[in-house]
Amino acid sequence: MSDWINICATDDIEEEDVIRFDHGARSFAIYHSPEGEFFATDGLCTHEQVHLADGLVMDHIIECPKHNGQFNYKTGQATRLPACDHLGTYPVRVEGGRVQIQLTE
Amino acid sequence: MTAVTTNIPPRDYRLSEENAQKAFDRGLASAEWYHTDVDRKTMKALMKRSDGPAIRDTVIWLGFLAASGAGVIALWGSWWVLPFVLVYGVLYGSACDARWHECGHGTAFKTAWMNDAVYQFASFLVMRNPVTWRWSHARHHTDTVIVGRDAEIAVMRPPDLLKVVLNFFGIFDVWYSLKALLLNAVGKLQEHELSFVPEAEHGKAVTAARVHIVIYAATIVAAIAMGSWLPLILIGGPRMYGCWHMLMTGLLQHGGLADNVTDHRLNSRTVLMNPVSRFIYWNMNYHVEHHMFPMVPFHALPQLHEMIKHDLPAANPSIWHGYREMIPAFLRQLRNEDYYVRRALPPTAKPYREDLHEI
Repeated sequence: MSDWINICATDDIEEEDVIRFDHGARSFAIYHSPEGEFFATDGLCTHEQVHLADGLVMDHIIECPKHNGQFNYKTGQATRLPACDHLGTYPVRVEGGRVQIQLTE
Repeated sequence: MTAVTTNIPPRDYRLSEENAQKAFDRGLASAEWYHTDVDRKTMKALMKRSDGPAIRDTVIWLGFLAASGAGVIALWGSWWVLPFVLVYGVLYGSACDARWHECGHGTAFKTAWMNDAVYQFASFLVMRNPVTWRWSHARHHTDTVIVGRDAEIAVMRPPDLLKVVLNFFGIFDVWYSLKALLLNAVGKLQEHELSFVPEAEHGKAVTAARVHIVIYAATIVAAIAMGSWLPLILIGGPRMYGCWHMLMTGLLQHGGLADNVTDHRLNSRTVLMNPVSRFIYWNMNYHVEHHMFPMVPFHALPQLHEMIKHDLPAANPSIWHGYREMIPAFLRQLRNEDYYVRRALPPTAKPYREDLHEI
């Protein structure tokens, strides 16, 4: 079963930036791309479990704040060492000015 | 500044599974570290990448390296060669370390290939396998000065001061570096390297080591064929006769400070220094700031320092001041390896993280 969950208002995330979103025991990173689209990935770096929301967004890349590993946040693909394993990605939509993430129970 | 003595068992610096488990059990491995609060907008501005400062500095660096190298070749055989050897040596054997470091983080340039190109070149100059050392440095940032986890602890306790002094001439470092490169080149990674380099990277490490070894072998052959030391003065040799500045600044990073803590204010040192040393060292004198926020490029570290110094111990005002703090600590550690220097925090700072200090 899947559900759409409210994250924040669209203007709560600047363009080319990221915020942290915790839901239950899980943590996610929510991105606002330079083109105005929203994306969601796992919130922790696959290398050392660091919150990506403290990192730097450059175009479609998120760079981990601890070791500078990089991922494409649209696909979850690890693009720079020491990140090797890809991030999980999640569907995101905007409804009534709210950013929502779809999570599977 | 206060002197601190604790009752910690003798340190075992091997990166063994047993020591790793101890560090995990104590909550020291892969821990969450203290960070000074910096609002997101400010931090984003500080982290912003730019090619300009690194291109400018790299052109100056390589320009002076080439010019001083040309001077060495032109004046070889005369005493006038000495100043050129000294300049070339430091630009090769010391400046390489900071370029290796910053480009390894990927923060020096905005453009990825520029970081990678300078990283590979500087790795060769500093005699480090670019693959194994990338992973070693990632571990250093995860577990900074955590005994049994950090592979880059320059001075272990009790300090081997003879080794420290000889390393100003690269004596031990070059031996260990060449040994590691030779082992890697024949397909063997050492035990500590296996503990932090993923298996998928082993092949790349072997290839990189072979490239380095082939160049060094060619240099030795050239020296023999020419009947001259000149090739070795230009390639490889500067890692010995020119590394003194790297040691002088690098020892200050963590020397004499706490280990097994999760607050970089306790185990790292920021030292204000002259502009020439800051150029050679690429601002890594702001070392507390670098460890707290490794995403901030070298050129933004002075600005970061000004923003967070209210929460840090006062920076040492000079290299000399740093040594006057560090050397007595090394001497005390000869008698009592649990001793470390604990700097006072300003009244505006949040207290040190104490929860994990007393082990």
